[in-house]
Amino acid sequence: MRITQGAFSFLPDLTDEQIEAQIRYSLSQGWALSVEYTDDPHPRNNLWEMWGLPQFDLAPEESGVVMGDMRACREANPECYIKVIAYDPTHGRQTTGLSFIVNRPSHEPGFRLDRTDAHDRTQRYSLYSYASGDPSGARYGAGTKAD
Amino acid sequence: MTASTDIKRDRWSSGVAPYAEMGYFDSDYEPKDTDVLCAFRITPQDGVDPIEAAAAVAGESSTATWTVVWTDRLTAHEHYQAKAYEVNEIPGRPGEYMAKIAYDIDLFEEGSIANLTSSIIGNVFGFKALKALRLEDMRIPIAYVKTFQGPPHGIVSEREMLDKFGRPLLGATVKPKLGLSAKNYGRVVYEALKGGLDFTKDDENINSQPFMRWRERFLYSIEGVNRASASSGEVKGHYMNVTAADMEDMYERAEFAKEVGSVIIMIDLTVGYTAMQSMSKWARKNGLILHLHRAGHGTYTRQKTHGVSFRVIAKWCRLLGVDHIHAGTVVGKLEGDPNTTRGFYDTLRLDHVPANPEHGIFFDQDWASLPAVMPVASGGIHAGQMHQLLHYLGEDVVLQFGGGTIGHPMGIGAGATANRVAVEAMIQARNEGKDYYQEGPDILEHAAKGCPELAAALQVWKDITFDFQSTDTPDYTVTPSIA
Repeated sequence: MRITQGAFSFLPDLTDEQIEAQIRYSLSQGWALSVEYTDDPHPRNNLWEMWGLPQFDLAPEESGVVMGDMRACREANPECYIKVIAYDPTHGRQTTGLSFIVNRPSHEPGFRLDRTDAHDRTQRYSLYSYASGDPSGARYGAGTKAD
Repeated sequence: MTASTDIKRDRWSSGVAPYAEMGYFDSDYEPKDTDVLCAFRITPQDGVDPIEAAAAVAGESSTATWTVVWTDRLTAHEHYQAKAYEVNEIPGRPGEYMAKIAYDIDLFEEGSIANLTSSIIGNVFGFKALKALRLEDMRIPIAYVKTFQGPPHGIVSEREMLDKFGRPLLGATVKPKLGLSAKNYGRVVYEALKGGLDFTKDDENINSQPFMRWRERFLYSIEGVNRASASSGEVKGHYMNVTAADMEDMYERAEFAKEVGSVIIMIDLTVGYTAMQSMSKWARKNGLILHLHRAGHGTYTRQKTHGVSFRVIAKWCRLLGVDHIHAGTVVGKLEGDPNTTRGFYDTLRLDHVPANPEHGIFFDQDWASLPAVMPVASGGIHAGQMHQLLHYLGEDVVLQFGGGTIGHPMGIGAGATANRVAVEAMIQARNEGKDYYQEGPDILEHAAKGCPELAAALQVWKDITFDFQSTDTPDYTVTPSIA
């Protein structure tokens, strides 16, 4: 399966050039850019690991700084999900303006839907990531270093 | 002791006096920051003076009755009287006048849209001296805004709950609206969500009919939601319509939606302001998103000379607190002049909405950080219009393709995929700096090369437009309809 979180998961994987264009756009909006990674892509896991602190105050032509962060994160965590996050700090927003996946494990086993029968055919559902049977850092094949 | 009958004629003489002379018109009045201000389009009966007509509207929507009453003198009556302070002819609309009226904030119960509307649109719309009356806009003072909590969640919180940022959300209303059994209904929900939509939706008139009772619909729909979530790794939702005959039934249905794990419920505008505000409280308490379908609004919002503009309904709904509200598509099958629609979207989404007659906005409106409402565009839209939809409606919107998903020649899932690929490709192109509005068709054709579902959608709906003149337009400019 293919996890389709993020703004561009239904398109072919973005090239580095395309990623940089999105970063330039985000910087032109005055947003802060950061890189996060995880080996627990459960849709309710909203605390991916931060790859350093967000980059504040970059100009659009400094997109290479964020590309450098992203490449370093990829190198350290090639079998993790990695996303670029653009944060909009303006009053009334103060939340993410754009986020998209820039790296995936080579194999995505996906989720099992667990269910428990409750009263009157009501079901209790929970999503179980096949990869999360292993401890964090040992998921999605060798070479992962997630905390 | 006998009462004196020798009273000189004055403001307090028994009988009928012109409203303007009773203090309901005052061209020198300077509205206070705490006043509620209204802009009314007034069409007086032939021979009725427009100033007297405006004063009558002010009177009948505040303290007046048809004749002088001495009991006014037991009150600080000037404080409670609404005051028409401006009356202007409307250019190009003979016989119509725009009247601005100020109401002291003391006239209204805190946090009650029911009370506000009972005053402002209570008796006065049936007043015989007027041919027609339309409430065009309202300025809600911050002091009154702060007596409401607004949307249970709002755009920011909703996006965080869903973990979806930087693009319009996508939905579809399950079709046919009526007649599907619960299991078949769940099939449509599953296919559409698995194919790539974020939401599916009950239609406004699907409540609990003999062919499908609400509880069965909720069970089969939530199965589709969870299966699609497992296949995508995304948060998905189905708007479960809890509209019912009474509050007890609505609460029961909402509780069950919560129990089965839905992230969102919906209500219809037909339930009324008090019921909507009760469901808003419930949604805030229970952490579910609240979707509002504006069923019935066209009966009083559409005609230019009589009724209540939707921009006012939108304000009331933001105050009483819904997270989603249908607000027009511009390009789809339902009424929607581009400038007027822009005024609705601004009213729902901005924190400060500046007066802009071109968009039908008559007053500055400050929302004092009240959360924003996510507008929903629904009705006759399809993937081939994605560049126009993004251009007119922006990013914070739910685009709902009902027929445009379910009517896809390759199936429901394919229809959903076509819409998702189209929106992602358009956002990507816009962010890359392309002139996406002009180049939209090329951007879609290019994306369709890697996506047969989108190619099929573009093919089947390529000539579909709804090109009719709009009824509800601002008078400021004549605007062409959108092809």
